[in-house]
Amino acid sequence: MSRIAEAFADGKAFIPFVTGGDPDLDTTEELIIAMEQAGADLIEIGLPFSDPIAEGPVIQEANERALAAGCTTDRLFDMVREVRKTVKVPLVFLTYMNPIYIYGKQRFLKRCRETGIDGLIVPDLPFEEKQELAPDCLEYGVDLISLIAPTSKERIRKIASEAQGFVYCVSSLGVTGVRSEIKTDIASMVALVRESSKVPCAVGFGISTPEQAAKMASLSDGAIVGSAIVKLVARNKKDSVGPVSSYVKTMKDALRAL
Amino acid sequence: MAQKGRYGNYGGQYIPETLMNAVQEVEAAYEHYKHDPEFVEELEELYKNYAGRPSLLYYAEKMTKDLGGAKIYLKREDLNHTGSHKINNVLGQVLLANKMGKTRVIAETGAGQHGVATATAAALMGMECEIFMGKEDTDRQALNVFRMELLGAKVHAVTSGTMTLKDAVNETMREWTRRVDDTLYVLGSVMGPHPFPMIVRDFQKIIGREIREQLMEREGRLPDAVIACVGGGSNAMGAFYEFIPYESVALIGCEAAGLGVDNPKNAATIANGSEGIFHGMKSLFCQDEYGQIAPVYSISAGLDYPGIGPEHAMLHDTGRATYVPITDEEAVSAFEYLSRTEGIIPAVESAHAVAYARKIAGSMDKDKIIVVNISGRGDKDVAAIARYRGVEIYE
Repeated sequence: MSRIAEAFADGKAFIPFVTGGDPDLDTTEELIIAMEQAGADLIEIGLPFSDPIAEGPVIQEANERALAAGCTTDRLFDMVREVRKTVKVPLVFLTYMNPIYIYGKQRFLKRCRETGIDGLIVPDLPFEEKQELAPDCLEYGVDLISLIAPTSKERIRKIASEAQGFVYCVSSLGVTGVRSEIKTDIASMVALVRESSKVPCAVGFGISTPEQAAKMASLSDGAIVGSAIVKLVARNKKDSVGPVSSYVKTMKDALRAL
Repeated sequence: MAQKGRYGNYGGQYIPETLMNAVQEVEAAYEHYKHDPEFVEELEELYKNYAGRPSLLYYAEKMTKDLGGAKIYLKREDLNHTGSHKINNVLGQVLLANKMGKTRVIAETGAGQHGVATATAAALMGMECEIFMGKEDTDRQALNVFRMELLGAKVHAVTSGTMTLKDAVNETMREWTRRVDDTLYVLGSVMGPHPFPMIVRDFQKIIGREIREQLMEREGRLPDAVIACVGGGSNAMGAFYEFIPYESVALIGCEAAGLGVDNPKNAATIANGSEGIFHGMKSLFCQDEYGQIAPVYSISAGLDYPGIGPEHAMLHDTGRATYVPITDEEAVSAFEYLSRTEGIIPAVESAHAVAYARKIAGSMDKDKIIVVNISGRGDKDVAAIARYRGVEIYE
């Protein structure tokens, strides 16, 4: 069983996201360790990009802070190699096609495998373009995570049928960011995924409260939270380990009750 | 074209899943309506009686004599309604949106030309319109902001990133993912995900077709060179496309070199860029060693973009078109030159093309013919040019 599959093996998964290098890479390293201890089942690390078109203002600004603070692809990989010495949960990168393409697809995937990155989420690489990266991912044993959106409709079957790792179910239209309410019929989306795939399905975009996380996870295999955590980091900077850790614990507890 | 939406190695559809059904819907609608006689007739009517097409092909006799070489013709896209070539694409796309049952259009704009054109077409066809413009550009082009509002559009000042054209594109794409069902993103150039580079080129290729017909009538032959400025590249693609099969016609794109290609303050993508994937397409981009998109600069807000359309990237690779850098100083000097010599004030974007004609015409034989695409008029730039020359005029 792959590390990503194991993350979903024992109850509903809680998946937090942090932007790598915000406010600095040392803090990111501490956050990853603390989030695992607080109950995170899989951790998404944002590899910063200058123009993240799928992100709302909270994560956009985190990307800008990280780049301004000197985070680069090489430095982020170095941090991952260090943190992998203690962290056992799966780690996946969320980034855009250009940083991967410019680093060199083979070189990028090789470093993913060497440092212990288990999967990639690339929001600007839809099903029609996945051959851009899928062969390299396969070669290096890194899962290319597929996204489905409320607009996907009949596309869900074909996307799910080739899905690896887990399916990232985008809960709402628009970009990342906290929402007061999620109106999409998540149950129907997940049902379509399960018709054509055995990989787990986790819901993200807009989730911030334990109640929302519990509701989304009850309809799927897990909940993904980004902006709410990035906000805590923005507010507390180098002192964000405590607040993020207790937030992750609260969110995981809400899923344990399911 | 080997693969759908590909231009050699370039093009594609690198966009979020949320938008995939929408771009496929646009493609299907376009493939249908471009063969629909009623759509074609309506668009021709708009071109003729609303936009003022065909635009003139003017023999610049004084400029020709002054430079002492090739005959110079100017394709007067500046005389179109709204003052630039942008109206050609916008009338096509907004009419398409209308046929598709969309009730709202959104668009990015740099200097404001595409925003004004989109707001104009939306007003004409009774559609809701929202324009995204970098905060820096809304400050520099306050008059165009008011113009768009006058036309009934809502203008959003974009405060993310470098607050210029690239960020306006980012924000328009984000807005499209927020509200996609009733909305079409009217892209302003031959860029972005398939089918936009194709659709925009098709709506702009009328420029080159008219050049060919008008020159055949006047001179009985094809030109030796067609020169146009290139940001994303829509006016250049429109002027070039008809001539691609005719190898004797040199196709020359003029990029904005800002303070010089060796100075970090430039926007010359072909000169300084490298292959990458951004804004929905694989193409050439100004970027750093880690693929972070570079902040670019040009005196011309319309050329102030870190990428280029994928078909231009292919024409560059194959050598069918040539791309040359033109600095701010050369463009401003050409802006002043054309104003004085021919009584035509070109857009500072188009002045980049005029600048290159000034460089080469004199060394060409008198029986050669150059066509320069004057993609827009320069009224919008007068205050900026004055400031460049040290005269403090504000709109």
